[in-house]
Amino acid sequence: MMLAEKYLRDAMMPHMWCPGCGHGIILQAVIRAIDKAGLEHDKTVIVSGIGCSSRASGYMNFDTLHTTHGRALPFASGIKMANPDLNVIVLTGDGDALAIGGNHFIHACRRNIDITTVIFNNSIYGMTSGQYSPMTPVGQFATTSPYGNIDRNFDVCELAKSAGATYVARSTAYHAPSMPDLIVKAINNKGFSVVEAVGQCPTYYGRRNKLGSPVDMLNWQKEHAVNVAAAAHLTPEQLADKLIIGELHNSSAPEFTEKYDQLVARLQGRE
Amino acid sequence: MSPTVKLLQGNEACVEGALAAGVKFFAGYPITPSTEIAELLAERLPLVGGRFMQMEDEIASMAAVIGASLTGTKAMTATSGPGFSLKQENLGFAIFTEIPCVVVNVMRGGPSTGLPTSPAQGDVMQARWGTHGDHPVIAVYPASVPEAYELTIKAFNLSEKYRTPVIMLMDEVVGHMREKVELPDVPQIPIEERPRPTVSKENYLPYDNNQGDVPPLANFGDGYHFHVTGLTHDQTGFPTSAPAKAKVLYERLHRKIENNLDDILMWETKDMEDAEIGVLAYGSTARSAARAVSLAREQGIKAGLMRPITIWPFPEKLITQYASQLKSLVVAEMNLGQYVNEVERAAQGQVPIKRVLQANGELIRPDTILQAIMEVK
Amino acid sequence: MGRKFAVAINPKWCKKCGICAAFCPRQVFTHKAGHVPEITAEEKCIGCNQCEQRCPDFAVTVRGKNDESDS
Ligand SMILES: Cc1ncc(C[n+]2csc(CCOP(=O)(O)OP(=O)(O)O)c2C)c(N)n1
Ligand code: SF4
Repeated sequence: MMLAEKYLRDAMMPHMWCPGCGHGIILQAVIRAIDKAGLEHDKTVIVSGIGCSSRASGYMNFDTLHTTHGRALPFASGIKMANPDLNVIVLTGDGDALAIGGNHFIHACRRNIDITTVIFNNSIYGMTSGQYSPMTPVGQFATTSPYGNIDRNFDVCELAKSAGATYVARSTAYHAPSMPDLIVKAINNKGFSVVEAVGQCPTYYGRRNKLGSPVDMLNWQKEHAVNVAAAAHLTPEQLADKLIIGELHNSSAPEFTEKYDQLVARLQGRE
Repeated sequence: MSPTVKLLQGNEACVEGALAAGVKFFAGYPITPSTEIAELLAERLPLVGGRFMQMEDEIASMAAVIGASLTGTKAMTATSGPGFSLKQENLGFAIFTEIPCVVVNVMRGGPSTGLPTSPAQGDVMQARWGTHGDHPVIAVYPASVPEAYELTIKAFNLSEKYRTPVIMLMDEVVGHMREKVELPDVPQIPIEERPRPTVSKENYLPYDNNQGDVPPLANFGDGYHFHVTGLTHDQTGFPTSAPAKAKVLYERLHRKIENNLDDILMWETKDMEDAEIGVLAYGSTARSAARAVSLAREQGIKAGLMRPITIWPFPEKLITQYASQLKSLVVAEMNLGQYVNEVERAAQGQVPIKRVLQANGELIRPDTILQAIMEVK
Repeated sequence: MGRKFAVAINPKWCKKCGICAAFCPRQVFTHKAGHVPEITAEEKCIGCNQCEQRCPDFAVTVRGKNDESDS
């Protein structure tokens, strides 16, 4: 990949992800989006939590912060609030963002703070060898759901939308060619943006659920994805096992750091 | 110009000290008896170009403070025991990644919700060992409102100078009591800033151990493109699991504190020159202890007061030395035995130690300490 | 039409998953399990870039011959 030279840390490559892991595909889309959006390199900060996916920050040649499990968003919020000129991008896993970090996630949505969050959703805790996550569908197998998962999963896009995020989109690793455009829009949205990037963990999720090779898992994504426009014509039953992809929500609302700036201006009589 | 004299609470004095030190970011979550710090900074920070955030919990507050500090902003948070527990994981992260910040814990009785509005000194060991892993820590503890002002400035200074979080413990008495404080227009204490890189951006190493034990810290957003991780890292900031490199990091983290004890340890004594009975106490308990020492002296008893102001790192040498000179040592604290165990260890059996321990939500009264002095005289 | 493309695989980064070969619409690659895919029909490449964009390892690069674009 030609952009690798500019945006990846050569000394850190090759990355630690397993062969065929979706995280690398999603990270590439993130990098293409950063390039496409024309973000100023020095003014862009990447923040991640803990998990296989959260290792992404270490590979990226930016100011990067690999934080604690689930806490990437509040770290990122501190960065953005202290220096609103910075572009802040959070890379996080489904467990990181929605289990241990679930509370931070809904509050970041609520604040509509100008951060772009890409959730690398592989439906499993990869780093700790395959326990179920809040995004593991019911009935699926994981080391901690050896008889099939009975714990209901989130639709993170619906969650983000109702909690106040102003841009929400979903894509899959299979749809890598179109994913960067969704991330560009997320970056350009002045507010809290969420892109759920459905990927694959062939090592734990794939193997335990007999989903085949990484190629098979990508084909599964292809077959189960329905574009948001097409989805509008389908019944809930038809959509039951589908992933609706594309831009799911795009609205505008006051952004947190701008509101704070306005407050400061008002206090100083500049308004 | 002459200083402004104000009647302030300890919590308010802490805010004044933080502003004097140049705090520009606060993130917190309300909890008695620390809440005034958040409330006052919510009011003051936007007036001085700073920013305030009320987070969803204390975990997030600690995280936001570290994030803010990485942009080069002086940042702090304030809490009480239960919130202090929640901050611990990220506090460990800040110690390990060497990000300056100040964490105030105005202690209440506990564990759990405990006695929210009563004084206690139950978090003394939590301040030392609350986070996970092997690490040094700096914790300071004022005994008066003017000292809360000064120590907040010093806490920021230590944190910047040594690239480490500094904990300021207070108890509810110091936090809520009102005393006269002189607020100079320009702080009398010189304000320290973290060491900044002097090398080119390409050659910058965020944990450069050839730059002394406290490596310079660049700001996010200034083009250094550096990595900060809670994984064990080498001088490049990138993760490593090589035992030789891990050893270098862990030992440097300890050394940067332990080799600078002369600078870090603050300590006050009263009447210790000829003392035979030493009374060791910190925070508001030291006020009762000071009174007890005066009352003892009135009765011709050679008592003296030792008050650690920096409570961590532990002033081991000083205590070992005093222990060799004293006939008895009284240790008073508002818990059922925390710091006293450290004192006992440092005293090395050279002197009998009398414990005055109380955990009922009430201050230890001077006469209680005086009685202990009488018992050991 | 007629544009020619150069396809390259960085063997130091490639983890041999075969995704590039599987999704190439023109069978430019030949992949044997456990091996770095070989580029056996570069002339058939249409520059769709799917192999590069789906490569989890940043190992595939498709360049237009005689131009600098990253497709
Ligand atoms: C406080 C804390 N609890 C638990 C862990 C262990 N842990 C590390 S990563 C992880 C799950 C990561 O899952 P996810 O965010 O989905 O990322 P993935 O590895 O699947 O990419 C867990 C439970 C931890 N590091 N810290
Ligand atoms: S364990 Fe799963 S998520 Fe982690 S690197 Fe391997 S394939 Fe990817």
